[in-house]
Amino acid sequence: MKQYTTPIAAKSASNIPATLLQAMYVTMLRIRRLEEKVADLVSRKEITCPCHLYIGEEAIAAGVCANLRKDDYVFSTHRSHGHYIAKGGDIKTLMAELYGKATGCSKGRGGSMHLASPAMGLPGSSAIVAGTIPLAVGAALTFSMQKKNSVAVAFFGDGAVNEGVWYESLNFASLKKLPVIFVCENNLYSTHMPIASCLANTNIYKKAEAFNLPGFRVDGNNIVEIFETAKRAIENARNAKGPSLIECMTYRWRGHVGPNYDLAKGLRSKQELDYWINKCPILALEELLIGQGIMSKSEKKRIYEDIEREMENALTFAKESPYPDQNELSNNVFKAGNR
Amino acid sequence: MSGTRSISYVQAINETFCQILEKDEQAFLIGQGVTSPWFVGNTTIGLIDRFGPGRVIDTPVSENGITGIAVGAALAGMHPILVHPRMDFMYYAMDQIANHAANWHYMFGGQLSVPITIWGIINRGGEQAAQHSQALQSIAMHIPGLKVVMPGTPYDAKGLLVASIEDPNPVVYIDDRWLYNQVGEVPEELYSVPIGKGIIRRAGKDITIVASSYMITEANKAAVTLEKDGIDAELIDLRSLTPLDENIIFQSVKKTGKLVIADGGWKSCGVAAEIAATVAGNIFEYLKSPIIRVSLPNTPAPASSALEKVYYPDANSIISAVRKVLKQ
Repeated sequence: MKQYTTPIAAKSASNIPATLLQAMYVTMLRIRRLEEKVADLVSRKEITCPCHLYIGEEAIAAGVCANLRKDDYVFSTHRSHGHYIAKGGDIKTLMAELYGKATGCSKGRGGSMHLASPAMGLPGSSAIVAGTIPLAVGAALTFSMQKKNSVAVAFFGDGAVNEGVWYESLNFASLKKLPVIFVCENNLYSTHMPIASCLANTNIYKKAEAFNLPGFRVDGNNIVEIFETAKRAIENARNAKGPSLIECMTYRWRGHVGPNYDLAKGLRSKQELDYWINKCPILALEELLIGQGIMSKSEKKRIYEDIEREMENALTFAKESPYPDQNELSNNVFKAGNR
Repeated sequence: MSGTRSISYVQAINETFCQILEKDEQAFLIGQGVTSPWFVGNTTIGLIDRFGPGRVIDTPVSENGITGIAVGAALAGMHPILVHPRMDFMYYAMDQIANHAANWHYMFGGQLSVPITIWGIINRGGEQAAQHSQALQSIAMHIPGLKVVMPGTPYDAKGLLVASIEDPNPVVYIDDRWLYNQVGEVPEELYSVPIGKGIIRRAGKDITIVASSYMITEANKAAVTLEKDGIDAELIDLRSLTPLDENIIFQSVKKTGKLVIADGGWKSCGVAAEIAATVAGNIFEYLKSPIIRVSLPNTPAPASSALEKVYYPDANSIISAVRKVLKQ
């Protein structure tokens, strides 16, 4: 199997401030611990909505979003927990949403696949594959029309590049030089299908060339590489130089949906999974932080404890929150009043 | 500005765009053919010169992508007016309309809304056949989260367009090219016709005819002819399909006890079927005879003009339906 992951080079990491490296580490770890907790809760049928876990892919959301401001927009997918956390979404309301509670970030109407945090610049996530890609282009069109230097980011998986709307969006964004970044999280599988079984050309980043925009392929488990590439692409977009496509090579440890590893179904080998688990994006950064003396072991312990406490608080909040009022089933089909 | 003039349906739409783009900085027009002198029936003529390509955006033939882009712009604070110059091509965009625009407010607990006007044009007749003739109002009406309006006069073309653009929700604004040359009284200033309210176009006591869009024209002709035979028909113009003004229909049917519904879409699961079921389910005891639907047969649009003549319902179809209800 082709090796996509390379060790994080200390030299390139040294271009990034130590505090930022550590902040990205914390973000990744918060995503990881949330997802592990959710996997457990789904296994115990505490959470019953379909959850598509982001374990193994954390560096992408963390590395891209570390370059974003609150007024930049991120549009997400069915696998939305990581993007929500990296963009600053509240973990308590995320957990409550997974529990179908009225206090959830979508008031119990969205579930795992439809998280939003408008105040933090996450105006929604869609379960329709490729569905939010044109939405991000539309937000970018708005920024361009309003002469703001904000950017929009569309996260999507490798499966989405088989949808026509992706090509329509790439073309229009490039045609109008809009400030949008297309971030493809290539985890090598489109649900159960290996990408080689559904893509005639598996070099997704090369599709950018056909639409006259820059395309990059990066190691999606290497936060430094992601951060640096996203930084360049985002700076270009802010300076009205148009969109970019970044293909991040990664792997989801769990199955397409749910807490299992999909090994028993014969969809992939134990050897392949182990290979990627050994390339854990979080451990790679942790080794660097400790090796470079940026983070001490006691600091690491404190970070873990803080995150555990945050997760426990979120869980308590979710469990203690009320379910939505059944009399309010049909509220909010339409917005009342003015725009 | 004040006063009312007689202008065409097309001029009413064009004037509304000029006035709205002038007044509302967040409004913009996007879609295929908006800078073309013929594509959208002259409704956008002159706009590109006045407002420029930044606010009058002609697009590639990428219906789903462009619709999603307009929805994304609405989420980011704009008030896009998106045109699908032939509704047949709007099928491509149904994902962004039904899955995204329509669901977004509900799916995120009411936090976000999509203030977009999705303007679909019915462009039928002229032997254009099955893929250049469709009227998809019942599909739009079926989807929760979409408002649907169908103006049948130049006055409503302007007033409902203003209401659609000002509404905080996705509104599917459907017009019929057969209305474009109609002339009527239209105020110069901006005004809005409320979405969700029908209007009685003609008061009568013997039978209720419910219609919208171009079918109002045919229903009116029918009512005039029927009057000569001593049949006094009440004509209701729905103006909006969603929300549906059930009350205005109920009040009329309670009075007449008889109902004919005329719609320019297919009969099966159509607008007329929905209204018939609503009336039968709520005020059955007032009905004195079966409800009759006047709509398209469940058949694709043909090309040959010989077949078109029997395909599209007209005043005579409505007259026959009325006579059947009245057992004359």
